[in-house]
Amino acid sequence: MQQRFLIWLALVTAIGGPLVVAATSPLLAWRQPIYIVAGLAGVLALGALLIQPMLLTGALPGVVPFRARQVHRWIGWGLIACVALHIAGLWITSPPDVVDALLYTSATPFSARGVTAMWALLAAALLTLWRHRLGPRVFRPAHSVAVVLVVITSILHAVRVDGTMGTASKWMLCALVLCATASALVQRKPWRMLKRR
Amino acid sequence: MQTRRTFVTTGLVALGAALLTGASGLMVPARAAGVAPTPTMRGGANNYRPGAPLVDRIGNGGFWMTGTVRRAGDGAPLPGQRIQIWAHTTEGHERDPHSHGATLTAANGEFRLEMPQIVPAFGQAHGHLAYDSADFETVFLRPVMRNSKDTTLRADFVLQPA
Repeated sequence: MQQRFLIWLALVTAIGGPLVVAATSPLLAWRQPIYIVAGLAGVLALGALLIQPMLLTGALPGVVPFRARQVHRWIGWGLIACVALHIAGLWITSPPDVVDALLYTSATPFSARGVTAMWALLAAALLTLWRHRLGPRVFRPAHSVAVVLVVITSILHAVRVDGTMGTASKWMLCALVLCATASALVQRKPWRMLKRR
Repeated sequence: MQTRRTFVTTGLVALGAALLTGASGLMVPARAAGVAPTPTMRGGANNYRPGAPLVDRIGNGGFWMTGTVRRAGDGAPLPGQRIQIWAHTTEGHERDPHSHGATLTAANGEFRLEMPQIVPAFGQAHGHLAYDSADFETVFLRPVMRNSKDTTLRADFVLQPA
């Protein structure tokens, strides 16, 4: 009972902590509300990357496997919504900067990483739409490759941004996302699907 | 005849030559045409305010924007050129009129304007500068700061006659 409580507490802290730090940052001064919302949507998206692999490995106590996959799907669409809000908000705040980023011509390397993460996330989502047609032998390895790309590029994007997230809370969340993703891959071994029967 | 020894030797010589020319900057093609003009940066024009007034200092100061303005080709310093400067600082957003100010270059082509501390916005602390007068082609710059704690930022213009 106590262990279950601690796991949930750790998860809420890992995601809520960076959100609180970002929402109270002194850098928010003079920023328009839409820009602030765009930044927080990015933080929330990074948090969603932590929950997703934990749902698949049964790491979250009290969530039965059937329910966990359902929640994984909802959070996946929520993640897409967060990234859409992140990019739309930045676009409204500063259109030329976002155009440069999307065209991979930005002077700041972190924006290119973020755009790559966006394309990989779209690929991961599209694969889920074709899940039944593809079958698990194609879907699982393909979805895993897309997700690994999302996680790596998102982390490279986040750590290079000099923004509202605190350095400690950001590195902590990124490390947890990396560990949770690696753990899920090791436990689920999606590459096994590629072997011949 | 190519033996293994000559192959290795020529390879090493070629590598050494490549390193030497690369390191000494001899491979910059622009040198043939003199000093190349600075290309304008698309993100540089963001929140530009045409006609921002000449000021002695933007806000309460504490941070220095510096740089030079030269002519393309011969690289001659250009005195009396108007440069507008703006940024997201501790005292305001980029779009706020009081975040903007202009200054003129000195006889040696240098400019220097004190402004409030630039703070990170859009992922990295950066400033904006504009040359937008009649004599030369318009150039917008958006230099980024290596460290957001820096208290100075530099941007150099090489202008092409209009």
